[in-house]
Amino acid sequence: MTCLLCEKNILPEVTWRTALYPEAKVICDACNELLVAIDGPRCTRCSRSSTKGNCLDCIHWEKTPSKDSLARNYSVYPYNNFMQEIITKWKYQGDYELGNVFKKTFRIHFKRMIKTTSKAYVAVPIPLSEERQEERGFNQAAMLAEFLPIPKANYLERIGSEKQAKKSKEERMKSANPFRLKKSLNKPVILVDDIYTTGMTLRHAARVLLEQGCPNVISFTLIRS
Amino acid sequence: MIEKLTTSLYLELVKRCEGKLLLRKEIPLDEDLFHAFLGQNIFTPISSIIKTPFIKICRRCGNRKKSQFSNMYDFNKKRLIAYCRNCIQMGRVIETEPLYRWNGEPACWQKHESACTWEGQLTDAQTKASETIRDAILQQESALLVWAVCGSGKTEMLFAGIEGALRQGMRICLATPRVDVVRELLPRIQEAFSTIPIQALYGGSEEKRGSSQIIIASTHQLLRFEHAFDVVIIDELDAFPYHADTSLAFATERALKTSGTMIYLTATPRRKERRKLQWNQLKHVFVPTRYHGYPLPVPQMCMCFSLHKQLQEGTVPRAFIRWLCQRENKQRQLLIFLPTISLTEKVASQIYTILFNHKIIKDASEITSVHASDPERERKISQFRNKRLLVLVTTTILERGVTFPSVDVAIIDAGHSVFDEAALVQIAGRAGRSAEDPDGEVVFFHDGKTNAMVRAIRFIKRMNRLGGYTR
Ligand SMILES: [Zn+2]
Ligand SMILES: [Zn+2]
Ligand SMILES: [Zn+2]
Repeated sequence: MTCLLCEKNILPEVTWRTALYPEAKVICDACNELLVAIDGPRCTRCSRSSTKGNCLDCIHWEKTPSKDSLARNYSVYPYNNFMQEIITKWKYQGDYELGNVFKKTFRIHFKRMIKTTSKAYVAVPIPLSEERQEERGFNQAAMLAEFLPIPKANYLERIGSEKQAKKSKEERMKSANPFRLKKSLNKPVILVDDIYTTGMTLRHAARVLLEQGCPNVISFTLIRS
Repeated sequence: MIEKLTTSLYLELVKRCEGKLLLRKEIPLDEDLFHAFLGQNIFTPISSIIKTPFIKICRRCGNRKKSQFSNMYDFNKKRLIAYCRNCIQMGRVIETEPLYRWNGEPACWQKHESACTWEGQLTDAQTKASETIRDAILQQESALLVWAVCGSGKTEMLFAGIEGALRQGMRICLATPRVDVVRELLPRIQEAFSTIPIQALYGGSEEKRGSSQIIIASTHQLLRFEHAFDVVIIDELDAFPYHADTSLAFATERALKTSGTMIYLTATPRRKERRKLQWNQLKHVFVPTRYHGYPLPVPQMCMCFSLHKQLQEGTVPRAFIRWLCQRENKQRQLLIFLPTISLTEKVASQIYTILFNHKIIKDASEITSVHASDPERERKISQFRNKRLLVLVTTTILERGVTFPSVDVAIIDAGHSVFDEAALVQIAGRAGRSAEDPDGEVVFFHDGKTNAMVRAIRFIKRMNRLGGYTR
């Protein structure tokens, strides 16, 4: 086996355990050591490292007059240079295979989160525009959703392209919701995406879902930046 | 449709596309126009990944390694499709999208009567090499190896050959494994051929067209070319990650026209090339002397007991401290090499304390460490070159290519496996580069002689003997 990140050979370590239950490693130990999940105290609403229960941003969200559409977010990894490098290769250069680097940890953390949540959730990935999807060949959020052991529903779609959304004024971006629901969903939803930055995208998606009868929306993301 | 293109746009397109294997998105045409070109067979699609029952081959990079291919699910075609991971940083090659080859009229490269604007003087040894290179190019010999010691001024030896090639309307590529070196070469070559358009291509370069008559490229960029150049000059042949990445050897061969000439430059040929020379399988020219006429500084070995233990504790050997303070010429800057990145930072602060206590430096800003993935790398190197830094602590990234006029060189833990014979010779070759200060001290600090160290010193002494210096 070759490490997906550094292309070094992975020497399988043979113990009784690995002989009985062989697990295919996709990255080497050195790379694995650089991939450290968020640990220590975090904001209970958005997963940012914080010692005060809720971070300032989230306190701000709570104070906004319209109810926050996203009940909470859980992220697995913090953002750093190493992560940025992997994401660039995976998303922008289109090395589909690299998504598998996260598979195991993404699942473990999902189980950790789901313990405190009901199991009736449906996973909904944040979609790409048709144009992006076409050019990249895959949606990284959909790939992440596939790792989760719950039902998936690709019910969201994007109106227009990401590029247009960027071009228009920031004001317009805030008010205009780039998402549409293909079919309504009356089950609680876990939105899945690769990065939580301001949470704006996820909140837009959550709002569309709530407006059409979805009882509750939370998000599960790979990275909290 | 095609007639709508102006002549100048069309000619630019030819220069940009001929001699390459391109992805659709690398061809600067809109859909309609592109289809018109396809219809007239001016672009020919070729399958990008060859699949046999046993093996896949990437048509662009030649990759055959199973681990460097992967599959992704295509929702439109409802099946798995293969893509190449080996050359993905150049844009993804995927089985469902062909590569395109220019099939129209060939580009016509201009003939330049006397393009070289360099007015310097060559030494006798340089002149001999320079003439051999020019003759090899003009007589379209298939390959020539230029074996020239560090500091012999090999860039200048190329000018006559390049000028001769330009006179014939040939296209030339200068390829080097290191991006730092590409950036350093561009202004030098441009100055020597001031009227000729030259482009530099490397990962992340602004310039992406690759449409000029002279191209300076990092080796990966060669992967796009196919029978494009009459002359390919490979700088630092021994530093090519050929053994690690076989697609590079494939790409350099392919970038050359069948009638073209490959020129290899090296200061430290590897065993494979030396054997070829012995058997006369490769034509070569040998330049054993530096351009300033002084011999290569011969490294000293210095034994340090418990070197490893001290390094682990973050201290440096006493012998090294003694050397630091007793150097002949304390005006010289200091290049200190260490085997690993983690050691460079630790040791830099130690060295600072020592030099400060001995009043050799006054301020912490005069010393820093730099390594391969350091985002500040470019800035630090140029600061050292401008003498705003007195001491640079580094890993093997600075072993070659970059030149500083007046330095002393120390390698701490020279017995480490990263310092092979070629690396040690190259590192030693950093010293004594300028005519004003043609000497420099080079010391290998070690805790046990290695073959590489002994061979490197023997090699340097032999070069000096061949250069006519007897010591
Ligand atoms: Zn690895
Ligand atoms: Zn928060
Ligand atoms: Zn390839």
